[in-house]
Amino acid sequence: MSGAVETPASKLIEGPVVEPRPSAVSRFFNAWLVRRLFKAVLTVFIVTSGTFFLVRLLPGNPVDTYIQTQIAQTGISYEAAAAQAKNLFSLDPNAPLIQQYATYMVNLLKGDFGNSALSPGTSVASVIKTYLPWTLFSVGVATVLAFVIGIVAGMIMAYRRETWVDHSLTSIGAFLHAIPNYILAILIVVFLGVKLQWFNLTEARGSYTPGVHPSFSLSFLNDIFYHAALPILAYTLTTVGSWALVMKSSTVETLGEDYVTVARARGLSDSRIRNGYVGRNAVLPLFSALAVSLGFVVGGAIFVEKIFGYQGIGFSLFNAVNGRDYAVLQGIFLVITISVVAANLLADILYSRLDPRIRVQGKG
Amino acid sequence: MTEATIPVTAIGTTGVSRFAGIMKSLRRSPAGFIGFVLVALLVLISAIGPFFTPEVAPNVKEILLPAGTPGHLLGTDNEGKDVLIQMIAGGRTVIFVGFVAAAISTVIAIVLGSLAAYLGGWVDSVVVTAADVFLTVPQIVLLAVLGAFFKLDSPVLLALLVGGLSWPVLTRAVRAQVFSLKEREFVEAARLLDLGTPRVVFVEILPNMASFILMNFMIGVTNAIYQLVGLYLLGLAPLTGSNWGIMLNRAWIAGAIFNDNSLAWILSPIVAIILLLLGLVMMTRSLEEILNPRLRDR
Repeated sequence: MSGAVETPASKLIEGPVVEPRPSAVSRFFNAWLVRRLFKAVLTVFIVTSGTFFLVRLLPGNPVDTYIQTQIAQTGISYEAAAAQAKNLFSLDPNAPLIQQYATYMVNLLKGDFGNSALSPGTSVASVIKTYLPWTLFSVGVATVLAFVIGIVAGMIMAYRRETWVDHSLTSIGAFLHAIPNYILAILIVVFLGVKLQWFNLTEARGSYTPGVHPSFSLSFLNDIFYHAALPILAYTLTTVGSWALVMKSSTVETLGEDYVTVARARGLSDSRIRNGYVGRNAVLPLFSALAVSLGFVVGGAIFVEKIFGYQGIGFSLFNAVNGRDYAVLQGIFLVITISVVAANLLADILYSRLDPRIRVQGKG
Repeated sequence: MTEATIPVTAIGTTGVSRFAGIMKSLRRSPAGFIGFVLVALLVLISAIGPFFTPEVAPNVKEILLPAGTPGHLLGTDNEGKDVLIQMIAGGRTVIFVGFVAAAISTVIAIVLGSLAAYLGGWVDSVVVTAADVFLTVPQIVLLAVLGAFFKLDSPVLLALLVGGLSWPVLTRAVRAQVFSLKEREFVEAARLLDLGTPRVVFVEILPNMASFILMNFMIGVTNAIYQLVGLYLLGLAPLTGSNWGIMLNRAWIAGAIFNDNSLAWILSPIVAIILLLLGLVMMTRSLEEILNPRLRDR
């Protein structure tokens, strides 16, 4: 915090410093975006390597376990079982660990995640391709909804501080914030599904009605929203509270800033101060939180999708964990991490566009 | 959170009076006090309640009695076991794991975060990078995967795993706080006296962020309980014994939601968990207002 402030101050004292113009190469590597991209790639690399060694080195190493069960169950030779494992995990269990690691990474780069153990003949990549879009769709819609509603509610709370509007909205926000997403999902099923019968729970399972062909028609769009409605409702309700509360704090702090007082003194219209001065600045810190929350919500999909029977990546992750399908597990783990890293990157880029200080600060 | 928001009463005061100060501030905010009472009540019931309740035994003659049945206030489950008695006994593991896991992650975060900020240099870079990498992996997913590897049959193991995975957020927060504190005069004085890094960090700097740490500890408890009950609900933690999470799992799998008689069976653990988490969130929020007076005054 303090380090960023010191640099321009010391420069002021020294007067204009004429720095030699850096070469194009060093300017490229010092560029904020390039360093940020490098960090994202490094993160994915570390997580990928971590997962690989985790799966290979932990007690009950799944590759050896798989070979042992195959020998015990089908009576095939060790070589045959090892060959199956090789195909399944895209690695040769007899090769040195370092070599296995290299093979695994090279295969990943080619898009080869190995094959599913539970449904033979299905590649992990195809499992991910089938399930991931639905999670991205439902979580994405819910995140945008919750973010927008939360920001508006938070600003209302901050502007109507210490009135009944603020008190009731704050209580609702804190209540929603406290409830875990799976509990809210169960409550939705009990009250909206079983008691009020607003939703046919059996029909709404899955990500779209079986037999309906995915297309860009209105009826298909209608169908996927029908199936995604309950998960979206659960994600939105459980995250909107914290957005509203954070936005309230942020707005209250912004309202105390000098530039807002100055804007008032200049006689600017209330709506202009609210949108151009307070809202814009108050929402800034929420953007970096957005990416972190996305990881949390995608993680929460494992609960929400299980309860509603929505067939997204959380649903298949649960099946993979339950069926000890390590190849699929590893693949999903990677894809979720990559999604979160990508979302973080996107949020940071957006944030740096909105707040140029970030790009400068990063150099300190 | 600016520097002025951290109470600087710490120098020379004892731990007891600092605790009393926090309690006093909690009482000043009605919401915080209600939250505290809620949590204290649930902890108390879970801690001593089981000593006064009879053992629950399966009873085929009393399966799925509705709530309000004489002798079974909250009804019975699908094995004929009394729900109320299970509720009283069922808070122990959940609360224990929640608090121990939060304590573990808080200790890790304090040590890593304060050393990173105080020492700077490569220590700082390593800690920050590690925290950033850990943050990108959704914790609950990692927990589910590790749950598949390990047999998590003891509460201590569960607490270790949950706590060991949730340090990054708080580490970054502690680091930011220590960064602003270490420039203060009293820290400079301690450094000039050559008191040594551990003494300066843990005796001079840390007591000044007691409320901040307490607030984050409670956020940690909330998160740990969320993850723990979630693991039980999915059946990814061993379903031996009985606690609110396991009750929820069994009631959900048995389809308790479709039968009016068994609604109390599934709703009881839900209400208990919501009350516990709500109490913790209310306490957290009132502490946040104490830490950041700007939120309260205007």
